[in-house]
Amino acid sequence: MSESLKAILDSLHAFGTGLVGDMWWTLIWTLIKIMILLAPVLFMVTYITLAERKIIGFMQVRYGPNRVGFWGILQPLADAAKLLFKELLIPEKVDKSVFLLAPALTLVPALVAWAVIPFAPGIVLADINIGILFILAISSMGVYGIIMAGWGSNNRFSFLGGLRSAAQMVSYEVSMGFTLIPVVMLAGSLNLTDVVNAQKGVWFVVPLLPLFVIYFVSVVAETNRSPFDLPEAEAELVAGFITEYSAMASGLFFMGEYANMILVSFMGSILFLGGWLPPVGFLDFIPGIIWLGIKASLLLFVFLWIRATFPRYRYDQLMRLGWKVFLPISLLWIFVIGLGMHLLGKA
Amino acid sequence: MGLNLTALLDTFALRELASGMAVTLRHMFKPHITVQYPEERTPLSPRFRGEHALRRDTNGDERCVACKLCEATCPAQAIFIEIDPNSTAQKRRTRVYNIDETKCIFCGFCQEACPVDAIVLGPNFEFCGFRREDLFYDKAKLLANGERWKKEIDANLEADAKYR
Repeated sequence: MSESLKAILDSLHAFGTGLVGDMWWTLIWTLIKIMILLAPVLFMVTYITLAERKIIGFMQVRYGPNRVGFWGILQPLADAAKLLFKELLIPEKVDKSVFLLAPALTLVPALVAWAVIPFAPGIVLADINIGILFILAISSMGVYGIIMAGWGSNNRFSFLGGLRSAAQMVSYEVSMGFTLIPVVMLAGSLNLTDVVNAQKGVWFVVPLLPLFVIYFVSVVAETNRSPFDLPEAEAELVAGFITEYSAMASGLFFMGEYANMILVSFMGSILFLGGWLPPVGFLDFIPGIIWLGIKASLLLFVFLWIRATFPRYRYDQLMRLGWKVFLPISLLWIFVIGLGMHLLGKA
Repeated sequence: MGLNLTALLDTFALRELASGMAVTLRHMFKPHITVQYPEERTPLSPRFRGEHALRRDTNGDERCVACKLCEATCPAQAIFIEIDPNSTAQKRRTRVYNIDETKCIFCGFCQEACPVDAIVLGPNFEFCGFRREDLFYDKAKLLANGERWKKEIDANLEADAKYR
């Protein structure tokens, strides 16, 4: 952080403290920081929808949205306006409180987890020492929203979608958790800033390539993205747990899905692709936040690319992949890394 | 069965997935095949069967002689004709010539049946309305269509004439 910026911030703190007192100013300042963090996240969420439609369109040799604004650039705003002005229908037979709580419970964890993501050295909302654990815990919360949506809708399709997503997210949480353990072993810390700093020599993707692949596939399943979008599965479950939702309530589910997608892309970049570190040393004149953005965008592109390519998995195949393939491989790799660290005398 | 090493390697290297993704990536850089309709249009055959029109002859007289062959041949029974008994012209005239475009299946039999090339299906496919009544065409509307699309219809008949 440059000296002049620091001076400006210090004077701002002094002004704020003088105005409302120490306690209130801390609260307000935290809220401001949250706003500064969430505004770009929500901006990304809106524009990843356009990117998705465009990229999948291109892959299907068509244009994608190109009517609203130049190159369809205003399409997400039009979509958001449409969703906001539509009527929120609450079916008669739903469990109202659960039904209405579910969309919020899907979106909020996806946004809360951003608190511990370090964008560049020192630029992180909460630099806590158990960042990875925090993210695992918070992302597990996301499944509650979906289960509640499935249960509260009082609709058999929604219920099936909710059941599927519960089983799927729990299964893939396991293999995802195990892929993170070698990262923690190599970094020797659960703090995400330390994890990135530990990759200064070589990115973790090099020794942990299979785990990176497993991590990526697991998070695709974790975020219910195609080809693992069984909870939604338009073809067989109408729209799964979203069936009974309308207007912005269903919009919140989609925002949660996209926010999760962006979150796990940033996580993948931080844990495996060296976070804000440039790929080669002499490129470090480019700010770290841009490197992180590039890496996360690449992962997000792969998300969309996968969606454009693969057909949906069958449910038993999904479970087989999670428990019989990913779990043994990640356990094996934990052993290999542990053995390697022991033999090299690193631990 | 036996242990096929190459196959095993392919499985673990996700070769088939990678080749599938290569296909989509290649397609991403291909030119789009979309025809952006209101601005761009696909070419139409001279035989295209669109909105109906009644033609006039070179004197500006109606060609229709009220033979009712189109009405008889219409499989959807979309045409209704009444002969004008009070006509003072040298040939038979229609008093009412209605086509229900909501019934019409655009088979073109009426055009085939017509002995004087009066009823034709023009090149226009962009006709619609907010009410059903907008698609119940009467004689005036059909003759107006004939005037409006005269150039295109004549060119199409000319182009198709040698195949008949």
